[in-house]
Amino acid sequence: MADAKKRIVDAGLKGYAWLEHRLGLIKPMMDAAAHPTPANNASWMYVFGSAATVLLVLQVVTGILLALVYSPSAGEAWGSLNLLNHNIALGWYLRALHGWGSDFMIAIVILHMVQVFLFGAYKFPRELTWIVGVLLLLLTLGMAFTGQVMRFDQDAYWGLGIGASISSRVPIIGAPLVHLVLGGPIIGGATLSRFFTLHVFVIPGLLLAGVGVHVFMVLRHGVSDWPMPGRIVTKATYEREYHELTAKTGIPFVPDAAWKDAVFAAAILFAVMACAFFFGPFGPGGQPDPTIIQTAPKPDFAFLWIYAVLAFLPPSIETPFMLVVPVLGIAFLLLLPVFSAEGERHWARRPVAVLMVSVIAVSLGIFTRLGTYTPWSPIMEAWTADAVPAKYLHNRTPLERQGAMVLQDKQCRNCHSLDGAGGQRGPALDAIAAHMTEDQIIRQVLQGGGNMPAYGNALNPSETKALVAFLVTLRGHDLTPAQDASRTLANTSQVLKPASPAQPAPTPSSQVTP
Amino acid sequence: MSELLTHPGESGSEDLTPEAKAAAHSRRSFLFKLSLVLNAAVGTVLAVPLVGYLLGPAMKRSTSAGAWITIGSVDDFPVGETRLVDFNSPAARLGDGETAKVACWVRRVSAQQFQVFAINCAHLGCPVRWFAQSKLFMCPCHGGAYYEDGSRASGPPERGLFEYRYKIAGNSLTIHAGDMPTLATQASCSKKTKPLTQIQNASDSHETEAS
Repeated sequence: MADAKKRIVDAGLKGYAWLEHRLGLIKPMMDAAAHPTPANNASWMYVFGSAATVLLVLQVVTGILLALVYSPSAGEAWGSLNLLNHNIALGWYLRALHGWGSDFMIAIVILHMVQVFLFGAYKFPRELTWIVGVLLLLLTLGMAFTGQVMRFDQDAYWGLGIGASISSRVPIIGAPLVHLVLGGPIIGGATLSRFFTLHVFVIPGLLLAGVGVHVFMVLRHGVSDWPMPGRIVTKATYEREYHELTAKTGIPFVPDAAWKDAVFAAAILFAVMACAFFFGPFGPGGQPDPTIIQTAPKPDFAFLWIYAVLAFLPPSIETPFMLVVPVLGIAFLLLLPVFSAEGERHWARRPVAVLMVSVIAVSLGIFTRLGTYTPWSPIMEAWTADAVPAKYLHNRTPLERQGAMVLQDKQCRNCHSLDGAGGQRGPALDAIAAHMTEDQIIRQVLQGGGNMPAYGNALNPSETKALVAFLVTLRGHDLTPAQDASRTLANTSQVLKPASPAQPAPTPSSQVTP
Repeated sequence: MSELLTHPGESGSEDLTPEAKAAAHSRRSFLFKLSLVLNAAVGTVLAVPLVGYLLGPAMKRSTSAGAWITIGSVDDFPVGETRLVDFNSPAARLGDGETAKVACWVRRVSAQQFQVFAINCAHLGCPVRWFAQSKLFMCPCHGGAYYEDGSRASGPPERGLFEYRYKIAGNSLTIHAGDMPTLATQASCSKKTKPLTQIQNASDSHETEAS
């Protein structure tokens, strides 16, 4: 029995020796996997890079499986997505895995970047590893954008329109650039085909090659040691110090450090599977028919913040901002290690770095949050869907009630809310008469301004009178009406008497009945 | 790498004088350099048509895609009203499916005067909707608004709606359509050159106190 076992083991070893003698790759790879790494970086903070790689593999596998059914043709793509969702066994789950995998991948890649930045791991000799990493982030975002186009629905169609409109703002080459992006004069079959090519051939090829270079450089320079305050990186000494540290405290990466990577990667994969199973695939939304205009296009989660920023830029600086700021931002990321290759690595000694990460994170969070409910967009159905609250019609004169009708009919509610319902483009009108006098309201309605269109042409005099009569009754919880101080003065001067307590003093506005 | 075979000439080349090294290499290294030049030439000849193919869509003049297309009878449009019209893009090609369809807003100003607006917002191309009661076009994306004549009313757009050129031939309304209208490709839509910016003067926009 033992003899038979020995013979099987011998045969296995012989087979391995035969293969390795010809291939010559297995031993170098095992050696690379088991390379010694400083014990202090076998940490849960160092697991994001490997998790991103695992997610990339998941995306490649699920992407190939989806391509078995998906039809990259403008006339059929939307139908083939619905086929996947409803008619192909487990098609919905594959779409869900690929969609959630993409969101997780962006999140993990960004976490990885933040960790590397805060730990100063981009400094000498790992500058190029960081630069390649920045390119990998851009490629990942490129996959997310082109992937959103693959889900060829209304959002994808109008998202391409937004992309073309941004391209058209480039000076001089705007028009050729639009045609290059769209593959022709309109969004159509050629557009989907070229985004499919990018999503399936070009960007994944670059991404896989880039990951290869990135990982090669990680092995070449070793995983960065845990930063310590006061341990300064200098080009003259760092590599010697790192090698001494590795020689003194080194543990084999596989298995002593890599088990944490493996556990985290498994947890992330499980999270993707759970999200895919419980929340299902993303869309597709409405069919990509540009004549169906009852739609409010919105980009995917990763780009919501850009969508929000584009709503807040003043028209005069929008084009320069769109074209210059991304270039500067990417250039800053790429050149960061060139300009700070040495010095402190620990975050406690780099307050500017910590502040930058905090400000960027909070800004992205705020803009993304705003992008989820788009307060700048008119709510197109509010004028028919959200009735004037009944409490604002109690004890009103017929004229004032007529004004409430005008308010609804003229779509004021699309931008102005009453009692929390309606658009948020303009201010809520619940207490408008406490902020503006009757004259100011009339002027604002007829002439517009401050981001409000002028309604002078859309309202006849009787409609205006009724509308304003209604608006001046809106004083929240009985706030004091707004007053024109100059008019009060004019009236009192008629009396030709010093201000006497004969007239009851107006209630201070601070006395608000709750 | 030490396991790899070393070149016969390489291992001993340390011992040779530079002149001897040059003499040993001259002919082969010249031929190798020649082969590099040859490949560069062939590569260039190969690359030109490939790049030309890639940039093909960008090379077309933006007006060449356009054509006159009839979008309906004049009688379909009552004077003073603005209506949505669908048509098939004359620039559509095989496989465009329903994306070949285009919508536009037709406003009949008077018996013989029309305005045909692209549905694409001048800000970022989202589809604007017409509200007859308030006489405004509103955009769902970033809240751009336009008056009934297409001029900018408020929001982030820096100009009014794009307009198609139109002709009235007999009883039919014909427009010149082609490119998707954007700030750079509007030329095929509108003959008249409007100023790119109709930005409201900040001073006239007397901000309200309302919050």
